Amino acid sequence: MRFLSAFLFGNALTNAADRFLPPWKFVGTVWPQPQSMVVKEDYQILDANIQFILTPDSPQCDIIPDVFQRYQALIRSHFKSASSSKKLKFSSSPAGVIDTIEVKIVNCENLPSQNMNESYTLQVGSPSSEKVELTAMAEWGVIHGLETLTQMIHDIDYRPSINSTMITDWPRFPFRGFLIDTSRHYLPVSVIKAQITAMSWNKYNVLHWHIVDLESFPYQSQVLPELSFLGAYTPLHVYTINEIKDIIEFARLRGVRVVPEFDTPGHTDSWGPGAGPKFLTPCYTNGKPDGTRGPINPIYQENYNLMRKLFTEVNQVFSDSYLHLGGDEVPFGCWKSNPDITDYMTKHNLTTYAQIEQVWVQGMVDIAHDLKKNYVVWEEVFVNGVKISNETVVEVWKGKTGTWKDTMSAVTKSGHKAILASPWYLNYISYGVDWEGYYNIEPTDFNGTNAQYELVMGGSAAMWGEYVDGTNILPRIWPRASAVAERLWSDKSVNSSAAARWRLNEWRCKMLARGLPAEPELHNPNIDPNYGYCPTPFDPFNNAHFLF
Amino acid sequence: MKVSESFSTVDPNIQFILSADSEHCDILNDLFERYQNLIRSHFKSLVYSYSKKYGDPSGHVDTVEVTVKNCEVVPSQSMNESYSLDIEEGSNFVKLNAEAEWGVIRGLESFAQMIHPINYAPSVNTTTITDFPRFQFRGFLIDTSRHYLPISAIKAHISALSWNKFNVLHWHIVDLESFPYESEIKDIIEYARQRGIRVVPEFDTPGHTSSWGPGAGPNFLTRCYDQDGNPDGTLGPINPIYAENYLLMKRLLTEVAQVFEDAYLHLGGDEVPFGCWKSNPDITEYMAANNMTTYPQLEQQWVQGMVEIAESLKKHYVVWEEVFVNGVKINNNTVVEQMLVDLEEPRQLNTTMEAVTKSGHKALLASPWYLNYISYGVDWQKYYVEEPTAFNGTEEQKKLVMGGSTAMWGEYVDGTNLLQRTWPRASAVAERLWSAKEVRSTQTALPRLNEWRCRMLVRGLPAEPAIANINLMPEYGYCPTPYDHTNDYSGHF
Repeated sequence: MRFLSAFLFGNALTNAADRFLPPWKFVGTVWPQPQSMVVKEDYQILDANIQFILTPDSPQCDIIPDVFQRYQALIRSHFKSASSSKKLKFSSSPAGVIDTIEVKIVNCENLPSQNMNESYTLQVGSPSSEKVELTAMAEWGVIHGLETLTQMIHDIDYRPSINSTMITDWPRFPFRGFLIDTSRHYLPVSVIKAQITAMSWNKYNVLHWHIVDLESFPYQSQVLPELSFLGAYTPLHVYTINEIKDIIEFARLRGVRVVPEFDTPGHTDSWGPGAGPKFLTPCYTNGKPDGTRGPINPIYQENYNLMRKLFTEVNQVFSDSYLHLGGDEVPFGCWKSNPDITDYMTKHNLTTYAQIEQVWVQGMVDIAHDLKKNYVVWEEVFVNGVKISNETVVEVWKGKTGTWKDTMSAVTKSGHKAILASPWYLNYISYGVDWEGYYNIEPTDFNGTNAQYELVMGGSAAMWGEYVDGTNILPRIWPRASAVAERLWSDKSVNSSAAARWRLNEWRCKMLARGLPAEPELHNPNIDPNYGYCPTPFDPFNNAHFLF
Repeated sequence: MKVSESFSTVDPNIQFILSADSEHCDILNDLFERYQNLIRSHFKSLVYSYSKKYGDPSGHVDTVEVTVKNCEVVPSQSMNESYSLDIEEGSNFVKLNAEAEWGVIRGLESFAQMIHPINYAPSVNTTTITDFPRFQFRGFLIDTSRHYLPISAIKAHISALSWNKFNVLHWHIVDLESFPYESEIKDIIEYARQRGIRVVPEFDTPGHTSSWGPGAGPNFLTRCYDQDGNPDGTLGPINPIYAENYLLMKRLLTEVAQVFEDAYLHLGGDEVPFGCWKSNPDITEYMAANNMTTYPQLEQQWVQGMVEIAESLKKHYVVWEEVFVNGVKINNNTVVEQMLVDLEEPRQLNTTMEAVTKSGHKALLASPWYLNYISYGVDWQKYYVEEPTAFNGTEEQKKLVMGGSTAMWGEYVDGTNLLQRTWPRASAVAERLWSAKEVRSTQTALPRLNEWRCRMLVRGLPAEPAIANINLMPEYGYCPTPYDHTNDYSGHF
């Protein structure tokens, strides 16, 4: 506030105000970096009543009216803040006034999927200086193209403007996921939606919803209502099927898939009370049940029946063609102690506990096949040798310091698709700046052939829920997750964190202006105070400009 | 605090009245209105929360009768925060007696926290409380220099400080360019006063001042020289050899003294780097001419100047420990704030606290409570078990411990994450500074702290889940009413 008045009135203070202007060349930059982007010196100003139109030959994709409305609101918000934001003066005058964004779509896909086409081209300034031309293969490219365009707007002589630009853009990886965990702590629906919106802005396309775990079971099933009735923290800490469908639709409108994870046979304590007395394995001490419970008991057919019932419902609720079946961290101690399991293994010639784990996971895989779902599994399922189909995506999560490379190599060598998650567990926070570490990871940095590298579907960042809930999840995720977003979208050669730094700072400021509480973890302002602030600070009690 | 099994229900339209022999202090009307709102916010969430069942209520409380002996009007180093609270069996009156208005704030806060559902009805147990702070200075540092903090976030933070019975906002304000308007500062100071919080501003000199340079004139900051004896274009700490720089500070601090009504100023004085002073030939010449042989002596000259300005303005002052360690002459009312991190593990007994109090000065403990240093997992326990009097010294020395100060330095926080990173971790320090020395078991504190976080969420404070490892204790994985940033929490702060 003070520096604005100094800027306007105080000659002596003009230098001080200039000190706070970031280098002009980062204003109007785009995050994540497009595949091909040519920016020219000349620019056009934007008409405040800019119109969005579809070309006559474009099909009417059902999400488009909502997309246009959202981006119209975002673009208009630039006009409100223009008078108080940083101004740049160019000697030249604008080449034109843009009053139209003309969108051409080749084909409607309706549902975002593993094969969704997200590519687009964007032309500003030519062939027309009055309209922007955005061409996309499918509706998803429209979302990404409008996002890119909106980020390019910056103020020149107090007026929202865009430089003449040519962009051809597409994602490097088709799976750009983010895991949220609603079991360790419940997340309000409003927070999940804000997260999905921020993901869409950052061109993520998969919400990996780790919906249940050992701590609580908030998925409110209609066919098995006792699971959440007895397994949720309280009957209010649940997601109803209607709420879930609403979230999935909200995500679809933003080009984001929702892949649910029902992790078995470990991590299932919260299922126990609602799933019946035979569901979890009773653990034994000194030959007697000791009252504690272990993983799901894989020797009873009724437990597979329960899962089939549940997954049949889940299959109808979640429209994505993939399910995440979990399968991580199964402890064998309890199974080893249980005499019924020992008997069963003897009868069935099972000699290792990995084999009995395989019996269970095979059951889950069979259910998924019957439901015509593809599936993602955590790496242990692959490592333990469970038979999985070729469409299976194996998610590598261990070895964040580097051994993930060996696992990625092994998974792809066997012909399976792989997703890298290990280095991107954003829940592990520390003091100071850490985004460079996430940025510098290269998912194909392992020993393999080109055919193997092609099996890398992408990656997933994660915010596990031990220490986050609605109070802090958004500022902990953003803008750290933006670093991963660029790694997964942009070209492999876009890998210098030094070059990315100022663009990321600019991107954080834009997210703040949109109302997302993206925290200041980009740099040390002691060393470089130019980046200690954003023109529009985030005010936690001003919801007026929440542009979600 | 004596709590018995019997209980009374609480009326949703509970009234606050002053008794016939009470003083009428100016903050009380606002205070009563705030706590009426807060108590109602607790009612809304109570319906859903767990409910203990035992017996029938012995009465129905519809009135809190407040008696204040004396209005102090402005919170100060000697403010009286004590109170007693009496909820008698069967009575519809809660009696709250306080020496001054600050005790009313503390007492109503305690009362609001005691309301809980019994048989689904908001209730309070029959209770007698006599309460007072262990330490007189329970501070929290915010830093509006590294990152700007919106006024709304500062105010919400002040409210949370008050709920946690902190009583000093140490405002590390420094940066002239981000200095808000005087009217905004006065608004914040008044907001804090109404909540029993003092505002002590810090203008840190002679180091940490690079942002002053552009506005303070060409002779203000020291020009640094390269090895060949030429100015290298960089600037160091304030140049202490020019009288005009002292005059500038006098002008500034005279204005500050008027804006900030608290009797104390924080003069800073930490982390002064000597390299630039050493390189500057004018300073070398000056030192030779004035028989100075060490750079702490030169620093001392500057700080001495600041101390004299403060004294001429009739202000007391707080200084960082270096000022004391470097031997600057400071008067007996000076509070020395310990801040250098002891890198020895396990922690040694605090030698700075020992030395400061041995010299007869008042001391504040700060270094164990730098909450800006975050890490993965739970860390409140280490803040909780700190003991400010854990140093070698006499009883007299221990009495010189004024309390402590918690800090959220601003390198990595702004309006997006200040409140979340601070709360409820700062609540651990709050209990250390308010409650009796023996209240130090993290095990017994854990469920109370969890309950307290949940209550802060209901009020709209985004206090993060820094409570426990919920893999082991899933009962601490949720609050009955989750925090939702799209809810309207206005009126609760």
